[in-house]
This record gives sequence, structure tokens and C-alpha cells, in this order.
Amino acid sequence: MIEGDLNPSARRDVFGSKINRTHSPILAIAIPWASVLLASLSPFLPFFPGFPLVPPIALLMLLGWRFVRPGLMPSWAGLPLGAFDDLFSGQPFGSAIMLWSLAMLALDAVEARFPWRGFWQDWLAAIAVLTVYIFAAALFSGAHADPSVIPWLLPQLLLSIMLFPIVARIVARLDRLRLRRIRRIG
Amino acid sequence: MAPPSIRRSSSSRKARLSAFTGYVIAGLAALLGAALLIVSLFQPAAFSGLRGAARDVAAPAGEPGAIARSGGQDLFAWIGGYFQAGSQNDRLRRELDAARIKLVEMQAVEAENRRLKALLDFEAEEEQAPVATTRMVGATASSIRRFAFVDAGSSDGIAAGMPVASASGLVGRILETGRHSARVLLLNDMESLVPVRRLEDDVVAFAEGRADGGLRIRLVNLGINPLKPGDLFVTSGAGGLFRPGIPVAVADEITADGALGHMLSNPAATDFVAIMPVWNPALHDAATAGALPEAAAEEADGVSAEAGEE
Repeated sequence: MIEGDLNPSARRDVFGSKINRTHSPILAIAIPWASVLLASLSPFLPFFPGFPLVPPIALLMLLGWRFVRPGLMPSWAGLPLGAFDDLFSGQPFGSAIMLWSLAMLALDAVEARFPWRGFWQDWLAAIAVLTVYIFAAALFSGAHADPSVIPWLLPQLLLSIMLFPIVARIVARLDRLRLRRIRRIG
Repeated sequence: MAPPSIRRSSSSRKARLSAFTGYVIAGLAALLGAALLIVSLFQPAAFSGLRGAARDVAAPAGEPGAIARSGGQDLFAWIGGYFQAGSQNDRLRRELDAARIKLVEMQAVEAENRRLKALLDFEAEEEQAPVATTRMVGATASSIRRFAFVDAGSSDGIAAGMPVASASGLVGRILETGRHSARVLLLNDMESLVPVRRLEDDVVAFAEGRADGGLRIRLVNLGINPLKPGDLFVTSGAGGLFRPGIPVAVADEITADGALGHMLSNPAATDFVAIMPVWNPALHDAATAGALPEAAAEEADGVSAEAGEE
């Protein structure tokens, strides 16, 4: 066989060697779920801001997967992932289950309405979801929230919106890891 | 590009059905979430067992973070120290001389105090030993509620309601416990209410949490507002939960009914906390039962919102 005649991509692509290797089903399934669950543990990070400043990283992660790989996370993913997030977020149990499930349904509706989208449209949809989520979460937090709370939510909202493209890149990187051909066959 | 969505499959009956089932489950999940949320809002203790078990597993992960956080707080002071070493040395020497004189005066006052107390047959109140000393391993940073997690739980003798204090002042109270971890309601949570008094006199007030992480000091007796910026507030002992005299807040800005202030013990700079026993359980029970009038009963309202979780 003559080396030069072969298309360089015939043996390798971004996911690794194509010869004798295949995707690992464990990685392919576990990484999206594990990354969102891990992001739910963000209260154990060493940030203690006086007011809610840290973006809802787990929700951002879920949105990232939803946009990078539509259909990978099932529509009902908000149920288990939201339940886990509720255990640590300080919100009353059920808040994330409800809001994340509604977010997933809303995004499915957006996808049905606008099948041809680019990154900017996805970002807009994410902004809508984050805005509604942050205000609804404050409303259902169990504290007597009055309108004076609203200005203290805006920095978090802005940070979340600006963080979305970064999280989307991280998810894209994780997606590469997810589909890496590491399983040896034959 | 058009996404390779499950929705767009029209050829595969199985794919269509599973997409439909997904929607049904997601819709039911949203309804279930709403139901759970309503239960949680009216019965905040409802899922504490579940939360406790999860926190017991996850809390050790917060330890390195706690070390890094308190270390990070010191780093800048440490660097700054190099630039001021000489002048600081000189200043400290002068302060030390002044302090030596003060110390002797203090000892004299203390001796006199002892003598007068003995004269009055006044029984000295003993310091309460903390139930546990532990690390603050995490805090909610995304929700508008202000909770922290500590690395000790019911197996260390901690129970709901116990005050949590750091070296610089009161931090909050225990809200619910797991076996090896517990959740703390911080002072600056909007549902937290602590009876306080001004340090120098007996102006009584309540310190309640604000959305921006500060405290609002509400005077009990309305009238002419006697507060000044810089006033120090300590726990008053009303309600029986907190031992009197724990530093709580300092006033920054005077308002019509009190002041806006901040916590003396900044949770971000807090590494180790002491969990104290409930100061006066009998008084606390009476206050939560509504047997005491005025301040205690009002305090009880603040507590019972959380006491429902005990």
C-alpha cells in the first residue's frame, strides 16, 4: 500500500484513530449527565458572595448540552438532574425539577418553531431561559421576596448570559472527549 | 444547520413514539416538581433527610475549597505586610506600651468586679463550651437564600436551632442536620431574624437579613432613632436561642426605623466555626410556644418559620 495515496482523514479524525478503535458507550452516555451533576456541586466551591452572584452553572451546562447535541439529553432530563441540583442549591426541593423541566419543554418548542438556527439564536434562547429561571427561582425560594430583590439578581443574570458561550465551548470540548475512540476492537 | 433532532424523524414510528413519551414524562416532571415545590414551601423540613444524606456524601469535597478560600483571604494581607513592616513595627511598639498600662488597669477593675459580685452573691455565668468546632465547607451562591454547610452533623451532637459563631461573631444557626454535615441559616438570609441590642446601652432591635447580603437593624421601640453609623450590635439573649453578648452587626447607614448594617463575621472569610448549644432551652421553648409577650414572641415568629423544620 502506498502511504501518499491515502486521505489523511481516512485513519484519524478529531475523535482519534479510526483503526481498531471505537467509541466507548460508557463515556458517550455518562459524560453529559456527569458534567451536569458535577456542576450542581458548585455550592462547595470556595465562593461566598453576599448576594446571589454565581450563575446557575448546572443549568448552563444542561443548556449547553441541549444546544451542542440536540436530542442527546431526553426532554425529561430536568427531572433527575433538577432533583439533584435541589439537594444542594438552597432552593426548596422541587424548584429545579419544575423549572428545568419547563425549560427543556420550552427549548423543544423553540426548536420546533425555528429548526434552522445558529449560535446567536441559541444564545438568545438561552438568555430567555436564564432570565425566566433566575427570577422564577427567586420567587420560589421560600424567602419573602419583594421587588427590592430584583436589582440584586441582575449581576447574576448578566454573568450567566456572558458565561453561556464559555460553557458552550466547554461542553463542545467534553463532547469531543465523549466521542473519543478509546475502546479497542478486534 | 438544522439540528438532527428527534422531532424531525417522520419515518421511524419508534423514534416518534419515544419523543412523544419524552414530552409526556417532561410535562409530568414539571407537574411533579410543582407539587414537590408546594410541599417544600409549606413544610420546609419535608426533604431534609434526603438533603442530609446527599450533603454527607458531598461535604468532604468542600474541605480543600474551604482551605483555599480562607488562605486566599490572607494572601493579599500577607503581601501588603512586606510594604509596611517598618512603620507597623514602630506603631505596634507604641500600642504595646499603651496596652501594658491598660492591662494593669483592667486587672484592677476585674478584681474590683469580682469583689463587688461576691458582695452581691452574684452567681457567675459560666461560659458554654461549644458542641463542636468545624469547618464551613460550602455556601449557596446561586440562590437568593443564604445557607452554608458545615462538616459536622448529628453524630457530633449537633441539633437544629444551635447557634453558629466564628471568632469574630455570630454566623447563623443550624437549620437541619445530616449524620456528618449540617445546613446553617446564615444571618444575612432574608428569613433570619436575631434579637440584638446596642453594645453600649440597651437599645433593642432585630437584625434581619437583606437581599444584598447585609443586615437590616429594626428598632423595637419606634420613636427618635438613636442609632449612629458605626454602632455595634450584640445578641440580646431574647428568645433564649443565642447567648447574650455575641457580636452580630455594625450599623453603616441610618434609616427611618433603624439602620442598614453588615455582619461582623463575614462568611467568606470564615473557615472554622464553633457550634454552641442553645443558650437557654427553657426560655427558647417558652418563646416558641408564644408564652412570652412582646420581644420574645416576635423573636419566636422569626424562629418558628425555621422551627417548623426542627
